[in-house]
Amino acid sequence: MTFLDMLLRCVAVLAVFLVLPLVIGQTEHKVMAHMQGRLGPMYAGGFHGWAQLVADGVKFVQKEDVVPADADRRVFQLAPAVALLPYLVVLLAIPVGPGGFVGQAVDAGIFFVLAVMGIGVLGSLMAGWASANKFSLLGGLRTAAQLMAYELPMLLAAASVAMAAGTLSLPGMLEQFEWWWVPWQIVGAFVFFVSGLAELQRPPFDMPIADSEIIFGAYTEYTGIRFAFFLLSEYAGILVICALTTVLFLGGWHGPLPDQLGWLWTVLKTFALALVVIWLRVTYPRLREDQLMKFAWTTLIPLALAQLALTGIVKVAIS
Amino acid sequence: MKLPGSGLAKGLAVTLRTMTKKTVTAQYPEVQPDLAPRTRGVIALLEENCTVCMLCARECPDWCIYIDSHKETLPAVDPNARARTRNVLDRFAIDFSLCMYCGICIEVCPFDALFWSPEFEYAETDILELTHERDRLREWMWTVPAPPALDPAAEEPKEIAMARKAADKAHAAAQSAARAAALPKGDES
Repeated sequence: MTFLDMLLRCVAVLAVFLVLPLVIGQTEHKVMAHMQGRLGPMYAGGFHGWAQLVADGVKFVQKEDVVPADADRRVFQLAPAVALLPYLVVLLAIPVGPGGFVGQAVDAGIFFVLAVMGIGVLGSLMAGWASANKFSLLGGLRTAAQLMAYELPMLLAAASVAMAAGTLSLPGMLEQFEWWWVPWQIVGAFVFFVSGLAELQRPPFDMPIADSEIIFGAYTEYTGIRFAFFLLSEYAGILVICALTTVLFLGGWHGPLPDQLGWLWTVLKTFALALVVIWLRVTYPRLREDQLMKFAWTTLIPLALAQLALTGIVKVAIS
Repeated sequence: MKLPGSGLAKGLAVTLRTMTKKTVTAQYPEVQPDLAPRTRGVIALLEENCTVCMLCARECPDWCIYIDSHKETLPAVDPNARARTRNVLDRFAIDFSLCMYCGICIEVCPFDALFWSPEFEYAETDILELTHERDRLREWMWTVPAPPALDPAAEEPKEIAMARKAADKAHAAAQSAARAAALPKGDES
């Protein structure tokens, strides 16, 4: 791999990272509005408000960047970057199409991806602690509790796929993929997707943000561009979770088109899942904190373990 | 027994169905709203009908109607009659920054000088501009819609009923007079 090749891949991933989350955000604006019988943004950019998020970005940049007097200044300022950057790094390792169509093929890809995604949550924790604000602290602690509860079923569900494929590399898994993996791993897919949502703190799992109860959780004290980074990290997170679910459970680039168009399948599946994320947000009210914990420990973890057992049995039976 | 999660599925169906339906958003500045009949937008004054009886100004709960007037003496038409006086309106103003659109002034006006107009786009940047003087109130008269038609089974309007009654009476009197004239004298037994 030459230096130029590497540079190109990095730029491509960066472009995807900057564009697709905005596309998802705009889709959310419009889809959510129509699901609620509204029109959503209609003015920015002229045609059905397509430039709404650009306008939002310009507004955020213009705002004053306030750091509270009692805040832990450095940590406070660093937190948005810690929340945002891991998703960029994860995006590097997600295979889009066959034949090395990936930012960087990592041997232990699934380990790498899950480990780095855990760091993203650390950003919220840092923000919650450094803000010197009760609501932020509550939000930060809820984030921590949620991370503890949902990381486990997520790992177990991912482990099931790794076991089925017999490899930890993401492109390797996709090369092993057969169509019947989808029904075989369907419970794991559900567990992975739902705990991914919880890790992103998306409604109905947005207890740590819960704007009607604890203002905006860890992000209460943030303004301007740093706040925008947190929001962007949420949408980048949706992209990453949906892409990962696609790769692990829905067969990534596999589909009825020739392999050259495999990337199209990945993108299509990812967007379909992103629509589901939006759909869930519009439909369900927020879970209470104890319901949230109960759901993870009494529903998702047993389901993930059952999936793991099933994968093991089938794997032994067919070998 | 209901399937577990059937409620969740129902919720998803509701949002999905709403997405396929037409939205209810009114795109107001581009599309004018479809206002109901009898919409209370602004109050119009037909000053020709005003007799300066001051009922509106006195009944107004917000005291937002200002009326100035003076008396004028009209010369007597008949040398035996005395000269008549009449009220002349000098100023009629409604302060729409105080008005609460209760419509009592319109209700109490005995001479139909005040009307509701559905126009509502008269926002101002200066609150003083919201006091509409009589010429502006008179201008609003052009926007007052015709009164909505009565319900099919409604009672006849009083003035029409009275007019009809009077006409019937006159008609009957004329007919009986004609009959009396037609009959030869002495047959009235």
